[in-house]
Amino acid sequence: MKKILMTGNEAIAEGAIQAGCTFYAGYPITPQNELIAYMAAHLQDRGGIFIQAESEIAAINMVYGAAACGVRVMTSSSSPGISLKQEGISYIAGSQLPAVIVNIMRGGPGLGNICPAQSDYFQATRGGGHGDYYCIVLAPASVQESFDLMRTAFELADKYRNPVMILGDGMLGQMMEPILAKGEGHMAYGNHKPYAISHKPKPWALTGCKGRKPNIVRSLYMAEGDLEKSNLKLQKKYKAIQAKEERWEEILVNDAEVVLVAYGSMARIAKAAVKSLRSKGKKIGLIRPITLWPFPNKIFWRLAVNGKRLTFLVIEMSYGQMIEDVRLALEGKAQVEFLGRSGGGIPTEEEIINKVREFADNNLTNSRTRELK
Amino acid sequence: MKKIYCHPKSLRNVSTHYCPGCGHGIAQKLVAEVVDELGIREKVIAIAPVGCAVVAYDYWDFDCSEAAHGRALAVATAIKRVRPQNIVFTYQGDGDLAAIGANETIHAANRGENLSVIFINNAVYGMTGGQMAPTTLLNQKTATTPKGRDAKFHGYPLKISEMLAVSPGVKYIERTSLHSPQEIIKTKKAIKQAFLNQIEGVGFSLVEVLSPCPTYWGMPPKSALEWIRDVMAKEFPLGRIK
Amino acid sequence: MSYELRVKTMTEKIIIAGSGGQGIMLIGKILAQAAMMEGKFVTWLPAYGAEVRGGTAHCMVVISAEEIGSPYIDKADTLIIMNNPSLSKFKARLNQDGLLIVNSSLVSLSASAANIKKYPFTDIAIKLGNIKVANMAALGCYLRNKKTVALKNVLAVIKEMASKGKKDVLKINQQALQNLLVADV
Repeated sequence: MKKILMTGNEAIAEGAIQAGCTFYAGYPITPQNELIAYMAAHLQDRGGIFIQAESEIAAINMVYGAAACGVRVMTSSSSPGISLKQEGISYIAGSQLPAVIVNIMRGGPGLGNICPAQSDYFQATRGGGHGDYYCIVLAPASVQESFDLMRTAFELADKYRNPVMILGDGMLGQMMEPILAKGEGHMAYGNHKPYAISHKPKPWALTGCKGRKPNIVRSLYMAEGDLEKSNLKLQKKYKAIQAKEERWEEILVNDAEVVLVAYGSMARIAKAAVKSLRSKGKKIGLIRPITLWPFPNKIFWRLAVNGKRLTFLVIEMSYGQMIEDVRLALEGKAQVEFLGRSGGGIPTEEEIINKVREFADNNLTNSRTRELK
Repeated sequence: MKKIYCHPKSLRNVSTHYCPGCGHGIAQKLVAEVVDELGIREKVIAIAPVGCAVVAYDYWDFDCSEAAHGRALAVATAIKRVRPQNIVFTYQGDGDLAAIGANETIHAANRGENLSVIFINNAVYGMTGGQMAPTTLLNQKTATTPKGRDAKFHGYPLKISEMLAVSPGVKYIERTSLHSPQEIIKTKKAIKQAFLNQIEGVGFSLVEVLSPCPTYWGMPPKSALEWIRDVMAKEFPLGRIK
Repeated sequence: MSYELRVKTMTEKIIIAGSGGQGIMLIGKILAQAAMMEGKFVTWLPAYGAEVRGGTAHCMVVISAEEIGSPYIDKADTLIIMNNPSLSKFKARLNQDGLLIVNSSLVSLSASAANIKKYPFTDIAIKLGNIKVANMAALGCYLRNKKTVALKNVLAVIKEMASKGKKDVLKINQQALQNLLVADV
């Protein structure tokens, strides 16, 4: 099949359209402008609805309205714009509406800059807005995967009636790579089979109450005990998602003494470092979380219960956010090191290699000191 | 014998939570009657605001959605675009439509969305306890203007209907009131017009309804109606704006 | 004198820089398309947003036989420099034995070495009748020095891109591209 050259932003948009997205509302912000432009150019012609909203706030609430009608819906933005959308995302979660939200992260806090960053990990994986809820968070690492994961995103959103966030960064959004963007180019990732597009009926959707009782889309539960009941339902759903939907890619971890942990663009650079160090005989591997929520705890449990001495090096384009999930997953069973830069800086292959050497040397010195004692 | 009145089918047979003398119950019943008369109950999708009227879906007997505070017209825009065959309307208070949601209001109107908007102006925030609204009159006392609204500190009552009228996207705006039976009949007519416009695909239509809030105006229901007639309607003149 | 740079690694990292309107992004995309045709791994990363306001433009192209890690280039194997500001911005980014291609019509560079190629791309383009094809002349110069992708594939990409445009546009682009391939200037 013929490959085409696309930016990550365009691949996300094309992937969404092919996954059956029929409604998109967005507001321009760098570095995701190619996404909204692609939707403007193509969605309407392919039978969908495109709206350039007056703000990110309006866009997410348009997404709320369209989702309430039962169609596949999406919005996209970058970090400051995603902050603006958080109230709406909370309503979408509370009303149990399926929707896909794309965050092509840039530097922060505040206006920050437009360089790639991964500093919105906490916001994405901890709900982000008010209330006890989670978004399912998917983190593609290539343009091909950005395209492929869109189908997964829409399927998961429908299956669980829950917001799904695609967490990319400026580098992934802006870069071009050759991809297969037609037909069944959808690959399986990690431990999961690809999804087929299913359009199951949505009896809860607002369509007019012909022949049935009126449907109400709501997240307000004022009567005593009602909200707690609704929240417990959500919690049960989140438990099911955690049990079934963890996704990750593992590379050469089984004999590894050092395991790198990185997601998205950062994982590409980490993978290059793994190759380089393996060629020099270092026993090193990589875990690339694909779902950031639910965080892939299982692979960490599997590696940590071996009883083998292991060091995990978490690498992020932030000052340490995902590392908290790694530590929670490991529950103190392994050493966890960190390398991170943010605000324009991206940890390089060289920096990763140096960091691995540095703590490998330290560990060697420490163990010798112990032996001498 | 000819039946001349019955409980509207579009209104559930329950009692409302509204305070004595509140205008919401009347306005919502008018909407239900109009929906019945136009025979569109099975096609209607309503968007309830954040404010006293948030649980309007407990009273209306057709499909409804909530919207975050101020975002009713963004939600309605999407619903109408996705389901143009349905009749979509928002029911919003003055804080929702003219303060926190002013941006969504202006842009939905300016896009000429084919929607009907019922805008309840009672010059005060009801649900949160009687604070200043964008439409609060000068010198009117509220929880956040204890000495009365002072233009120097709080600006002027916002005439959003007049502001919206300048947009070519807006096709119909009328300001009515609930202070007397005659005005209530006019209000119902205007609401019907706003729905008819949507059915005919005319475009953005809005009815601003001056509505009493005796609780936070600190007066008995009857005085509240007189206050609309004598004071509020002077600041917000009744009649067709566009 | 023809100078053939040995491609030491499986990976070629190219930074192309100049001013807006010089077709910087385009020649990067052409290289990327040609590499894709050859089944190679390739990434193309543009400068974007406020970075390109004020008239400077650059893009980074990585072509490899293996999966590519970072599309961002710290140290380039090749620098193609089309104007003066770009030289000062990127000269430190070139690998020690990297190839430096310079548009001498607009860049003043006194240094000379075997790995430095200076040609007046803008003047060549003007002589051909369209100043806009200076980028193609530079691309031709690059292809002459490094066989990262095959010329016939580059020509095929240009043909495909120009298929919707006018025929004379295609012709002048091909002329500019091949100008430095056939003879020394």
